[in-house]
Formats: sequence, C-alpha cells, structure tokens
Amino acid sequence: MSTKVQLDIFEGPLDLLLHLIKKNEVGVADIPIATITEQYLAALELMESLNLDLAGEFLVMAATLIHIKSRMLLPAEEGEIDADEGVDPREELVRRLLEYQRFKDAAAELEQRELLTRDVFARAPAATEEAPAPGFREVSVLDLLSALKRVIERLPKENVHEVIMDKITVREKMTLILDILRNRGKVLFEALFGEVKSRMEIVVSFLAMLELVKMRAIRIFQEELNGAIAIEAAVGIDRAAEMVALRDAEEGENGTSGTQIDH
Amino acid sequence: MEQAELKSIIESLLFVADGPMTLQRLAEILDGVDREEIVAVLAELQAELEAGGRGVRLAEVAGGYQLRTPKANADWVKKLLGGRPARMGRATLETLAIIAYRQPVTRAEVEAIRGVDVDGVINALLERNLIRTVARKDVPGRPFLYGTTPEFLQLFNLKDLSHLPTLKEMEEVVLPDAAPAEAAVESAEES
Repeated sequence: MSTKVQLDIFEGPLDLLLHLIKKNEVGVADIPIATITEQYLAALELMESLNLDLAGEFLVMAATLIHIKSRMLLPAEEGEIDADEGVDPREELVRRLLEYQRFKDAAAELEQRELLTRDVFARAPAATEEAPAPGFREVSVLDLLSALKRVIERLPKENVHEVIMDKITVREKMTLILDILRNRGKVLFEALFGEVKSRMEIVVSFLAMLELVKMRAIRIFQEELNGAIAIEAAVGIDRAAEMVALRDAEEGENGTSGTQIDH
Repeated sequence: MEQAELKSIIESLLFVADGPMTLQRLAEILDGVDREEIVAVLAELQAELEAGGRGVRLAEVAGGYQLRTPKANADWVKKLLGGRPARMGRATLETLAIIAYRQPVTRAEVEAIRGVDVDGVINALLERNLIRTVARKDVPGRPFLYGTTPEFLQLFNLKDLSHLPTLKEMEEVVLPDAAPAEAAVESAEES
C-alpha cells in the first residue's frame, strides 16, 4: 500500500503542474494549455487507478485547466475586450504558479541551512522539540472523558435541588486555571476540580480547559498509561494569559461571548 | 577583570546555557562589564573556535549566542545521540517558508499559495512550536494570524528574521524559458 508515498510526490495541483511544465520544457508564462491539460488529466487518472484518495484541489485545478483551454479556443472578438476578457486566460494561473514556485525555492533554501539536530547540535537540543518529557504520553479525548466522569461521580449526591445563582463563565475559569498553573507549574486533572461544587461548574471548568488546549496555551498529558492526567502550561504563563486576553477582546467586540453559562 | 578571564567566564556560561544567550542576559550576569567589551570578547571567542577548527563553534541564533557543533562533525554526534534523523517533509517546509516570509499570515492565505489544504501541517508546526498564533485578522471569521517562533530561528540557524534568505522576485523565478504569452498562437495550435 504505497498510496501515501505516491501522493507525496506531488504536494498539490500546483506542484503537479510545475512538474509537467518542467518535463515539457516549456515556459510557465506560455503554457501550451492543451498539452498540459491532457497530461494533467492523465496524471489524475493514473493516480486514481492507483486507488489514491485524490484531494479535491486536484479536481478543481482540472476544471480550471479545462475552462482556460475552452476560453483560449474562443476567437478574441472585437469590442469584447473589457477588463476581464481582454487578458490572457492563463494569466491568473501563471501568477499562482510563479508565486508557488517562489516559496518552493524558499523552502529548498531553508532546507539547505545548517539545521539544528540534523547538521549542527547544541546543548539540550530538546529545546526545539517542545514535546513533553520522554515517557509522557498525550491524552486522548476518551481518557479525558473518563477522568471527567470520575470527577462528576465524586460529587455529593444529596443536594439535588441546588439553586445557585452564581454565574461562572468559561472565561473566568480559564483565568483561574492559568493562575493555578502560574503558582504550581503543573497540576493534576482531578485536583483542578478539587473545590468544585456543582455539575455545572465541572462542565464549565472542563470547557475552559478544552478551550485552553485548543488555543495551545496548556498541554494535557499522562505520565504513564492509565496514570494520573496532568496539565501544564504549553507556553509561558504570561503568553498564555495574553492569548486569553486576545481571545477575550475579540469575543467582546463581536458580542459572541456565548460561553457564559447560568444555572 | 582581565580580558582572558572574561573570555573564560563567557565560554563557561555559553557552555552551560541550554539555549541561545542574549547579550542582555550575559550583561546581567557579568554585571559591571561593558556590553561592548562582551561583544568584543564574543567575537574573539568566535574567531578562535573557528580558526582552531574546534568541535564547538559560536553561532548567533535567535537573537543570542549559542555553542554549536560544526556541520562536519554531524555524523559522529548523531552516532552518539542515536535516534531517527529529523527529516522535514516538503509540505512542512513549504508551509513553514510561506509563514516565515509572509507573517503574519492566515491559514487561508497559506492555502491560496500552496493550492492545498494545510490544516494538518499547521497543527503539526504549532505542536512543534515552530509557529504560533500572533493575532487575529480583522476580516469575517476573524481567522488566526500565524508567525514564526524563536524555535524556528534556532532550528534554521538564523540570527533573526531579517537573515532569512531573500525571497526571489517574481521575475527572477526561472522556469525553463519564459516566453511572452501569445494567446493567438496557442489557440491556432489547438483548433
């Protein structure tokens, strides 16, 4: 099953097109659109016959090529030279190809540099690889949910009719979590819910935590399989607080702070 | 403080530091020593290590100074460290290049250039701390704007972003023979 390998040959439709242009030794500014379209479609067919899962972008490009080809077949009528029709139908495509080629070149140049941990080494090269310390594993959503279930089960059962009018917002909880991390560096998942009294508050805390993970402000991991789940800041605490503030400013502006929960 | 002594101290600091040391940090530790003097000593140390063909060299990366092994010794060091060669895929490199040169840039803008979806790649780059969200763009949907991190500079041995290799101008991008567009010829060929 070498599907992945095959796909990797072409990073996308633009990459495939550049390859065909090079192979045909033609200029990118003057693409023989009929030939290239034909070869492009043949390449897609080949990829399809190899059972490759073709990205939609490849098909969009096929449609674009066919559209350009058809427009080039139309005689350029007098008087119809308005801004849109007057230009070479290939122009936009050429611009995109050139632009992509620039960054392909730039990427190749970057790759030539003396890369840390490939060509050159420094003390603690792990600094570039911000992964959790060895032996730690990332936590799956299922692990998280079962931990959440344990927390909810720990709640006192008797006060079913609690009527609490406090408003707890996800935003407040996010700040709270960051404050805890600022003081303690690392905290266990269940300890985070230590003083939580209601189911709603647990849910809000959980959402706040997920939001922080989504923003990549914190990281959740397990020190061992089925071990305790721990939480730590993924970036500096101040940076994390900054990210929260940024998110905040936007939500305020848009008036979309739909994360507030009353109960 | 004697110059030789200062050099020795700075070398020790650089040896122990686990990341690039900024001039500011060095000055803080060596309180009282002139920054200019520190810079001079650093330059001297750098030249010495280079000229002596030594096993560590002084590199200026990510706004600081760091001792790094020369490329010529890479294979030996790798043998010591073991582990897999850290190779970067083309998708990763291309996406990183676009973000580096175009920052701050949105996911959609990167996709427009690459012509393919970059969701997975961007997430992986965020995970590796090579890029980060810097703000949100003031357009509908308020998408995140991405930029590179100091870790990016460290990885690619760059002093700062202004040291990125210059991006070629559009006209300079050479694909085999760029002839002027001739729509008429083209359509004649095809009909």
